[in-house]
Amino acid sequence: MIQLLAFYLFAIVTIVSGILCVTARNPVHSVLWLILAFFNAAGLMVLVGAEFIAMLLVIVYVGAVAVLFLFVVMMLDIDFAELRSGLARYFPFGVALVALLAGEIIGAEKAWDAGGIQLSRGAPTPEGMPNIQALGILIYTRYLYIFEGAGLVLLVALIGAIVLTHRKRGDVRTQKISEQNMRRPEDATRNTQPPVGQGVEL
Amino acid sequence: MIGLGHYLTVSAILFATGVFGIFLNRKNLIIILMSIELILLSVNLNLVAFSAYLHDLVGQVFAMFVLTVAAGEAAIGLAILVIYFRGRGTISVEDVNRMKG
Repeated sequence: MIQLLAFYLFAIVTIVSGILCVTARNPVHSVLWLILAFFNAAGLMVLVGAEFIAMLLVIVYVGAVAVLFLFVVMMLDIDFAELRSGLARYFPFGVALVALLAGEIIGAEKAWDAGGIQLSRGAPTPEGMPNIQALGILIYTRYLYIFEGAGLVLLVALIGAIVLTHRKRGDVRTQKISEQNMRRPEDATRNTQPPVGQGVEL
Repeated sequence: MIGLGHYLTVSAILFATGVFGIFLNRKNLIIILMSIELILLSVNLNLVAFSAYLHDLVGQVFAMFVLTVAAGEAAIGLAILVIYFRGRGTISVEDVNRMKG
């Protein structure tokens, strides 16, 4: 009974906050609705026993991606009112296309309900083992290379984001370490014996 | 009783919401990126639901990789958005014609 209640609560809040995310007037509110949607989707995942993915969702999406969105939305001075013009023009077309899409997906799922194809299982869920342990065993043995590939994807994304947004500013004076290291005492200093009363010529 | 169908329905509605968001906010690049995140979330929900239903962990492993790619995509997308805004002063998708594609 409580599972039923929890499922419907999480499902409804996920869907409503998703809809509010794409229709909100203020992009900051949009991001906050997105965070709520992610939290509730994580709840849905916990309900079927996928705790690890649920925690990953909360940590990666809410902790990193949503905060990144929030930073960008708040740091850029964007005229959002201007961006919302022409909303009514796309609305009917969008609704028609989305209704078609949702109908198709739900229809496909009903067809699947009628009799699914029997697939062989790649990695059956082991009995009597927590989800995180089972998943950990799987990703560090059979899917190790793919796991490392995922790490590589993140590394490339990290470097790419830094390279893209890094800029050289002309108006600041920065330290040139290589030039400092190249300096030799012979080039930098000189000994002179100035005559009395004349001083050093610079 | 909650079955696989319930999960798939939630995921389908979420997916449709994401696609709808792209259509509704054709100009605002940030909301389009958020809509893509919603779409990927629904895909993940689908993968996890099937994984639980079929007692097969591969779905969850795959969901993790989808999550990785989604995080990378968000980072790169927002970086492109920031440099685009720096150069043009707007993020309207309709003005994107620099590459004459």
